[in-house]
Amino acid sequence: MARLLETRMIVPNLHLLTLEAPTIAREVKPGQFVIVRAEEDGERIPLSVSDWDVEAGTVTAVVMNVGSTTGRLAELAAGDELPTLVGPLGNPTEIEAYGTVLCVAGCYGIGSIYPIARALKARGNRVLIALEARSSFLFFWEDRLRATADRLFFLTRDGSKGLRGHVGRLGEILNAEQPVDRVIINGCTFLMKRGSDATRPLGIRTIVSLNPIMIDGTGMCGVCRVTVGNATRFACVDGPDFDGHEVDWEELLQRRKTYLPEEVVPLRTSSCERRHHEA
Amino acid sequence: MPEVQKKKLDLNRREMPKQAPHVRRHNFSEVALGYPVEVAVAEAERCLQCKKSQCVSKCPVEIDIPAFIRCIAERDFAGGVRILKDKNCLPAICGRVCPQEEQCEEACVLRNKGGQIAIGRLERFLADWEAAQGPPEVAAISSPTGKSVAVVGAGPAGLTVAGDLIKLGHRVTIFEALHLSGGVLVYGIPEFRLPKAIVSREVEYLHSLGVEFVTDFVVGKSRSLDSLLQEYDAIFIGAGAGLPWFMNIPGENLNGVYSANEYLTRMNLMKGFLFPEYKTPIKMHRRVAVVGGGNVAMDCARTALRLGADTRILYRRSRQEMPARQEEIENAEEEGVVFDYLTLPVRYIGDENGWVKQVEFLRMELGEPDASGRRKPVPIKGSETILEMDAVVCAIGNSPNPLIPRTTAGLEVGKYGNIVADEENGKTTKDRVWAGGDVVTGAATVILAMGAGRKAARSIDQYLASC
Repeated sequence: MARLLETRMIVPNLHLLTLEAPTIAREVKPGQFVIVRAEEDGERIPLSVSDWDVEAGTVTAVVMNVGSTTGRLAELAAGDELPTLVGPLGNPTEIEAYGTVLCVAGCYGIGSIYPIARALKARGNRVLIALEARSSFLFFWEDRLRATADRLFFLTRDGSKGLRGHVGRLGEILNAEQPVDRVIINGCTFLMKRGSDATRPLGIRTIVSLNPIMIDGTGMCGVCRVTVGNATRFACVDGPDFDGHEVDWEELLQRRKTYLPEEVVPLRTSSCERRHHEA
Repeated sequence: MPEVQKKKLDLNRREMPKQAPHVRRHNFSEVALGYPVEVAVAEAERCLQCKKSQCVSKCPVEIDIPAFIRCIAERDFAGGVRILKDKNCLPAICGRVCPQEEQCEEACVLRNKGGQIAIGRLERFLADWEAAQGPPEVAAISSPTGKSVAVVGAGPAGLTVAGDLIKLGHRVTIFEALHLSGGVLVYGIPEFRLPKAIVSREVEYLHSLGVEFVTDFVVGKSRSLDSLLQEYDAIFIGAGAGLPWFMNIPGENLNGVYSANEYLTRMNLMKGFLFPEYKTPIKMHRRVAVVGGGNVAMDCARTALRLGADTRILYRRSRQEMPARQEEIENAEEEGVVFDYLTLPVRYIGDENGWVKQVEFLRMELGEPDASGRRKPVPIKGSETILEMDAVVCAIGNSPNPLIPRTTAGLEVGKYGNIVADEENGKTTKDRVWAGGDVVTGAATVILAMGAGRKAARSIDQYLASC
């Protein structure tokens, strides 16, 4: 059980949730995730942790409203209780003195990359951050990321900010800033896949934070299995970070689509009622 | 002459009423309906009340079986419950899922004549009778010792340890990774074999005795074992066998291929069969293959059947070698599960969208006995065959969950990632830490986990008395 202390739509469709979770706040490290249920009869979904405050005993996550459970999360108000908040789960992102690290993020990953960048900086790395979105109005936390990074880059599909195009143009940033010793990508599967494609020819080690379907998050169910370097790994206990050049992306993209048709059913059957309730 | 000896031997083992196969294959309600009072009494009256009772020696928790059966025969049901609960805090569960045919009932002297007493059904009868009387009698609790114990995992082993230690006056906190307590009893075993209301009743009972339950808490992640050791005098690890095995054959990561744990968890813990009222989705598959021959495989197959799928069990040995309980195999057969024996999947073939559509398998024949004493299945050359399937459930076993061993120094683990613990008392290689159940033995039975919990609780209590 965890109380929601603050919730707001930070940019269209992305919701920032701050939850009361003193135990998790004490233990969590960059790159870890939590599992939540939004309601008593709800499913369990993983959320990357974007920030935390040990003193206040809080944990913050940025959630994209894409389906029935994230939709329900988005509807919750401050003071509401989540029946389940468990974590921190997964292995933390490895933070070492690498030299120069480029952190790439899009969507909810803009939130989860922040503690990673912060830790890398504290470890003495030169930290570059590249944010990707369809348009400039989808960026958030620019101030804190700018304060953390040595340089901040933007990529927008419509060219409204920074480079025009998608993460495929990462190579240009990497070439201009070389040598870059490591790339870390957080965000949607496509961003991580295309980002890894862009760094592969340059031979830069690229770490991605995989986001398959999960249930328990402790290795018990195996639904989160991914193929990395021709071996099956469980993202919840072996990851979520893996070498982006070794991941079988096609398989991950397909597995993520497993319940797409079912995901639509609850939206059809239950969303009306809720909207009325809100009104 | 005492009257007992004059009585004619009654070998008529009383059947338990069940839902008819054609009815039950369409619902998730319990299959076996339990003995009515008169049938239970008649069954109990058959017991010879042996002086040297073999059945007790075969019970992992040493229940005084003849004594509780005598109580039933004398219609002293409350007395019977007390005898049962003296050794077994979860009788309603054990009466349903214990493999009695390999334990107490196998040792019954009437077995040679084919009329062994239905000890499991009688155990269940008493537990259900007690439940029908309203809230249970609360056990006597010793005065507080001031000592505290943390139990990791609210499955059968952990619940047993908690029940035993709270009665001895220790403070007990159970940490459970999932949002519901019960472990495999809630996420694994289906409603039609073990109604979840029974598990929650047992958990409630422990709660009423003063056991504190902390759910949604992953020891090793939410807090380290070492950190808990600073707060608690002793720790028992009963984290279960929560890491599913796969066969490492091509196509195993296609959509529609599940581990048994995932398939059952979606259904049982998350109540997927009530989707979309409950939000965890399940697929309505048309043809499901379940790979494996244990109780878990039977549970998966019977679940798939109830969701309307044509369901087959693929098992690499023959019916004789199947590790599942005879009763479960028969139930599955009656309900319409098709059994393909001597069948080994070698490859799953997917469609253009990454969904499994076919299973390629080899036919096997039985060769020489292997390490398990069972005849080893050997593939028949050129016997490759293809079956059309839109889902596969892999039910071939589990390893102990790795989270605690990975995050705890000084805890020795064995070859399969199992925590090494003394068989007699559950002590691990780490000071003040005990372990038991599947996390030590690998996947086994509910009652063995409870037996291990009982031994560990005794050892923990001895330690607490001395420290």
